[in-house]
Amino acid sequence: MLAPVIRAHGLGKRFGDKRVLRGVDLEVERGGFVVVTGPNGSGKTTLLRICAGLALPTEGELEVSAGRAEIGYLAHDPLVYRELSALENLDLYGRLYRIHERRERIGMLLERFGLWDARHDRVASYSRGMTQRLALCRVLLHEPSLLVLDEPYAALDAAGAELLDAQLADLRRERTVLLSTHEPARVEPLATGRLVLA
Amino acid sequence: MSYVRDVGALARKDLLLELRARDTLPAMLLFVVATFVVFHFALPGSPSRLAASGLLWVSILFTALLGLGRAFVPEREQRVLDGLVLAPCDRSAIWLGKSVATLAFLVAAEAVALPVFALFFHPLNGATVLGVALADLGICAVGTFLGAMAVATRARELLLPLLFLPLAIPIVVGGVGASAAGSPGRYLGFLALYDLLFALVCWASFEYVVTE
Amino acid sequence: MTPVVRPDAGGDLRQSREVGRTHRIPLPALAALSLVLVTLALALVFFVAPNDADQGFSQRIFYFHVSIALTAYACFVAAAWKAFRHLTRRDPDADLESYVAIHQGVILGALVLLTGSIWAKISWGHWWLWSEDQLVLFLVLFLFYCAYFMLRYSLEPGPQRANLSAVYALFGVVLIPVSFLAIRLTKGLIHPVVFTRHGPNFHGWILVTYCVSQVAILVFAYTLYRVELAGKRLDSRVRELKEVLA
Repeated sequence: MLAPVIRAHGLGKRFGDKRVLRGVDLEVERGGFVVVTGPNGSGKTTLLRICAGLALPTEGELEVSAGRAEIGYLAHDPLVYRELSALENLDLYGRLYRIHERRERIGMLLERFGLWDARHDRVASYSRGMTQRLALCRVLLHEPSLLVLDEPYAALDAAGAELLDAQLADLRRERTVLLSTHEPARVEPLATGRLVLA
Repeated sequence: MSYVRDVGALARKDLLLELRARDTLPAMLLFVVATFVVFHFALPGSPSRLAASGLLWVSILFTALLGLGRAFVPEREQRVLDGLVLAPCDRSAIWLGKSVATLAFLVAAEAVALPVFALFFHPLNGATVLGVALADLGICAVGTFLGAMAVATRARELLLPLLFLPLAIPIVVGGVGASAAGSPGRYLGFLALYDLLFALVCWASFEYVVTE
Repeated sequence: MTPVVRPDAGGDLRQSREVGRTHRIPLPALAALSLVLVTLALALVFFVAPNDADQGFSQRIFYFHVSIALTAYACFVAAAWKAFRHLTRRDPDADLESYVAIHQGVILGALVLLTGSIWAKISWGHWWLWSEDQLVLFLVLFLFYCAYFMLRYSLEPGPQRANLSAVYALFGVVLIPVSFLAIRLTKGLIHPVVFTRHGPNFHGWILVTYCVSQVAILVFAYTLYRVELAGKRLDSRVRELKEVLA
């Protein structure tokens, strides 16, 4: 039995005096698909940020057996430069993640997510749905083994949502996925575990 | 070495952003020339060589501040910094890449400013130019670093001059000394020492500025 | 492979722990010691130490001026050490300790500027002298550490504030020698350098008075540091408890 990719026990996070997370236990096994739900303000984003490595917990224990090069994190913000084109953004990330055959991979992803024609346009000119699709390209660019997705469906249009459904179904077996959403029904068939934050 | 390539990729990104926006460099150019004109009126009569070198350094410092304030704005406004921090590259590369790009802007602005200064006030000697070059390194290293800190605060760019000026005082001492002193060697050496020490501190601690 | 992360323990009601680090010397004893030492120092400075040949009675302010200056440096260095511990060891108490040390340092720095200014007026007739290197150095450091507070107050309490404060404190400690060198470069030394001028001639009661003053100020500053630290920890603990009960 392989060790779980994420193991958290008694996780808590405090910002000064404000407590955002408290006593969270989480285990995500390799190849698993865990869905996190909960009302706004319950700490979903904070939990995902901690798992992705962007924040440190203030209590509890956390073990993540994926390094930065193996984690793909989708945030509320697309994390792309609005004044650069999709191609330039992905090229930058491609270099930073040291991807082999960068151009081919970028081209393939842009096509898959229907952004090939807009690849030279500034991201500022994209619609919200297109920007979110670009963010997904960014996340999948380096073929991460662990995907941490914070409300991935939130900013997607219908076409984008379908693309994502297909992607997640594809990735589900080979990768480990931890995602938060307000529509758990959509990903229910894929889920191997659920976490509800109060 | 992949570190150098990361720095290159990041610096290239900043130069590309400036090429698109074309706002920082023209602003710096206009600002520095306007400052010279203001100084001409602020110091009636022909300023002495010593006074003129002083105002050269003040102008450079404040022009640099203008550019430095904008340095991390794209990362902050679009929260892209998270994306860069997530990448497997060394976090100090983010600082170094940004410093290199800012240095390019500062040098470009000075390429115009120095001849204009020589035209308006006093001709420049080699020691001054060398001093400016050394000072630029320190200004960009420390200024970019502090810019990243300032941008994380509520006060944002307002805080940068407050954080930067006390640290810039030794640079001014070195620079004015190099311009005006009989033996500029000591001052140039001091500037080099400043650059070395602070670049080291910046390089070693940038990790903590962008992570928890 | 990300290693196991075991962050510092929080302040859970169940998991109650001693408020902050326990110090070896209890506070009341420290306060009493300060009182004794400061009184002794004052007595020595005003009644026992001999009059200075050049400057007369006014020179006595020097005992305090120098003691306070060195103590201020000590505060900044201590703050930088705490900052280093915060960044490298994730010591949970270090951030607050660093902040309080800098606070003490800035108060002492203001006193240095004040006593230096008084001394300058008495000796030279001016309230401020750019030729006084130590004074100028303190002015630069004062500006730097005041900016520390502006930085700190512009951030929400949390890990980022602690990290940025710590890094800035480290910059400060590098700035001290660099600024000193810079100021030395600008002019020759006019400020009476206590140790070289009185070097081998630092004898008898002058030496004793100075040493007592220095120790007195150090102990007094440390007492104030402990008092402020205790107060801030209590504040923080109260807020934590409020949160838990809410």
